[in-house]
Amino acid sequence: MFYREVGQYKSSYPADQAIFPLTNDRIGVIIILLIAFIWPPLSGSQYLMGPILTQLLVFGLAALGLNLLTGYAGQVSLGTGGFMAVGAFGCYNLVLRLPEIPLVIDFILAGLMAAAVGVIFGIPSLRIKGFYLAVATLASQFFLLWIFDHVGWFTNYDPAGVASAPTQTLFGSLAHEGGPLDFLAPIDVIVSGPNATPEAKYILTLSVVVVLALLAKNLVRGMTGRAWMAIRDFDIAAEIIGIRPLKTKLLAFAISSFYCGVAGALYVFTYVGNADTEAFDLIRSFTILFMIIIGGLGSIMGSFLGAAFIVLLPPFLNIVASNLGEGTLSGAALANLELIVYGGTIVFFLAVEPLGFARMWQIIKEKLRQWPFPY
Amino acid sequence: MKKKLKTIVLLSVATIVAVVPFTVSKAQEMEQFIPMLVYRTGPYAAGGSGFFGGFEDYLAYLNLTDGGVGGVKMVWEECETAYNSDRGVECYERLKNQGEHGATVVHPLSTGITYRLIERATADKIPVISMGYGRTDATNGKVFPWVFPLITNYWSQNTAKIKFIGAQEGGMDALKGKKIANLHHESSYGKETIPILGVQAEKYGFEIKHYPVAHPGLDQKAAWLDIARRYKPDWVILRGWGVMNPTALKEAARVGFPADRIVGVWWSGAEEDVIPAGKAAVGYVSAGFHPSGSDFPLIENILDVVHGAGQGNISPQRVGTIYYNRGIVAGIVTVEAIRAAQAKFGAKVLSGEEMRWGLENLSISAERIKELGVDGLMAPLTITCADHEGGGPVKFSRWDGSKWVEITDWIETDKSLVDPMIMDSSMAYASEKGITPRSGMDMGSDCG
Repeated sequence: MFYREVGQYKSSYPADQAIFPLTNDRIGVIIILLIAFIWPPLSGSQYLMGPILTQLLVFGLAALGLNLLTGYAGQVSLGTGGFMAVGAFGCYNLVLRLPEIPLVIDFILAGLMAAAVGVIFGIPSLRIKGFYLAVATLASQFFLLWIFDHVGWFTNYDPAGVASAPTQTLFGSLAHEGGPLDFLAPIDVIVSGPNATPEAKYILTLSVVVVLALLAKNLVRGMTGRAWMAIRDFDIAAEIIGIRPLKTKLLAFAISSFYCGVAGALYVFTYVGNADTEAFDLIRSFTILFMIIIGGLGSIMGSFLGAAFIVLLPPFLNIVASNLGEGTLSGAALANLELIVYGGTIVFFLAVEPLGFARMWQIIKEKLRQWPFPY
Repeated sequence: MKKKLKTIVLLSVATIVAVVPFTVSKAQEMEQFIPMLVYRTGPYAAGGSGFFGGFEDYLAYLNLTDGGVGGVKMVWEECETAYNSDRGVECYERLKNQGEHGATVVHPLSTGITYRLIERATADKIPVISMGYGRTDATNGKVFPWVFPLITNYWSQNTAKIKFIGAQEGGMDALKGKKIANLHHESSYGKETIPILGVQAEKYGFEIKHYPVAHPGLDQKAAWLDIARRYKPDWVILRGWGVMNPTALKEAARVGFPADRIVGVWWSGAEEDVIPAGKAAVGYVSAGFHPSGSDFPLIENILDVVHGAGQGNISPQRVGTIYYNRGIVAGIVTVEAIRAAQAKFGAKVLSGEEMRWGLENLSISAERIKELGVDGLMAPLTITCADHEGGGPVKFSRWDGSKWVEITDWIETDKSLVDPMIMDSSMAYASEKGITPRSGMDMGSDCG
């Protein structure tokens, strides 16, 4: 009834090739974005904006990065944590040493650093694939974290190896009072560090993630995305029809690492406020891989749905357990019950729909088309 | 039919998802709220459950016997972090606004989570007590007004450890030319003592080599092979945590390194760390800022009153273990700070700022310790605005196969070595962050 494309005729190629060709989709996305931009800051809840939504966006972005590589280009990677670390520590050093640069530009530069590193660790993908490639990308995880652990410069010689996000404004120090760009000073809000408001951090994160997600959506519909999928589905056939594996695979590694790098930078600057290498360990890489498996390989939306599941379910179960279970079970039993339910839910959803939440969403949409009179 | 069932299941799950998180409500009158960032699962569960078990038992004891502190009931809520820093931040944010004035004080019981919370808690004006862990240079209260590494920080503890090793060798001069291996957990916690060890190695002329062990610390074969066969140190400092500790002791025994030449940090010196290692742990020495044992009047009373009423927060068998007693000490310093603040601001629910004043004017004398019924469990402690540590001494105990036996008296730490380093490090932090160190009667406490 509400979700029907009947009567929506396209009379031009641009209309047919729009990013959301259905009016219903377009309206839906706009409404969701409006809610996302307006409701949390209005609610004023730090808990909602910080650990819930910002965390979700950051890991959604990292999962999206990995999904481009694994879901679209078919290259399994376990180096996500390492690439996030490059972005995180890269951005930290940029802000610390060059405070003139606006933070958003820092994010892009940090992403580019991660992309460069990603290309280097993507080279083995030209010769190996599948599990073997996963093992080869594991090297990046260990190598990169070792460097950040043992070269003190990266963490500004902090004794515990913790990079703590400096206070930075949206447009950098050039836009401060008296600087060459001081006409920007009135809108130059603090967006990182302890004095930044949760609203500013959240809106910045959301903006970066929305822009990158829309870019990714366009990317996978175009030439690049099709080349990736061709390589993923049958690499020899892809090569025969003229897709160059070298360029395509390395581009996948570069763009994927770019997204992961930006996610790492956001993790430090707008979510936690500081980070050490523990935050980007192998478990992190696995967690992000689980996000895209549960969310759906080869789906932009699936990345965010998977991230939502992995990030939000444990605290949610914890809240449920502590509210319902008070006075009934011991704290230890509740904590372990939470793990059991968490694991059980993963198995349940994968058994019901092995292709992940993205496929479930698709099925729901198909059903919606016929609702309320299915045939 | 089957489809319908599936729909019903999915719908009911969705309803629970939507409704339950909004049913949170706890705040009532005259209740001092303390968030508990507990971890009862994961590789470090022994520490988390023991510490918070003791802490909560002490608060429950005060509620049952005195109706709380000064007529204010102590209330708390647990949040499971699984020792994961991200979840620690999530738990902190979830619990910080509960209670009349929000969370008053927080014990992260994790160096990683402490680092995550330092700036957040400073902005929120909630004191962080990182008792015997956390960021060492936060001892400088002029730069870190909201962080309290109470009793003994990592660097101070390390000076006591080297003093102990020196005493075993027959004097600090005998350390010259000796070799010490530092087997540490590869985390902010594990790395914290690397700078002080470097300074001490230079001062006393011993050689130090660092062996990082990746989380959770189950894979140490290569490190121990290198220690025992190639480096051949005179002493090994074990800076482990959770399952890393028994693994280290077992690996040491496997390569034939004597357990009595291994000195553990106090996060490597609980019953849970040595019992799983069995015979391999006999003779192993660990530092501590309090002993184990349940033969203190207070702990006996807690067993009677709290566990007797079936309100214990841990299994009674674990009462009196190292981690449990650490939780008791945490409870005592927290409650004594609450008492100090109540003496100044009146018997009411304290805010974070009032609690911080209480902590900065905290003084626990030897008489007070006796009065509390914990004589010998902790050393006297005085906290000031400038010194958030209190410079507590350290005791060493040896594991005899069934219990920890104290083998030294309280060993004083070497403030002359640690203080300048804390000053340098904290001032570097202040200049990186643009913090002006407090002075005078800033924030109500005299900072000289």
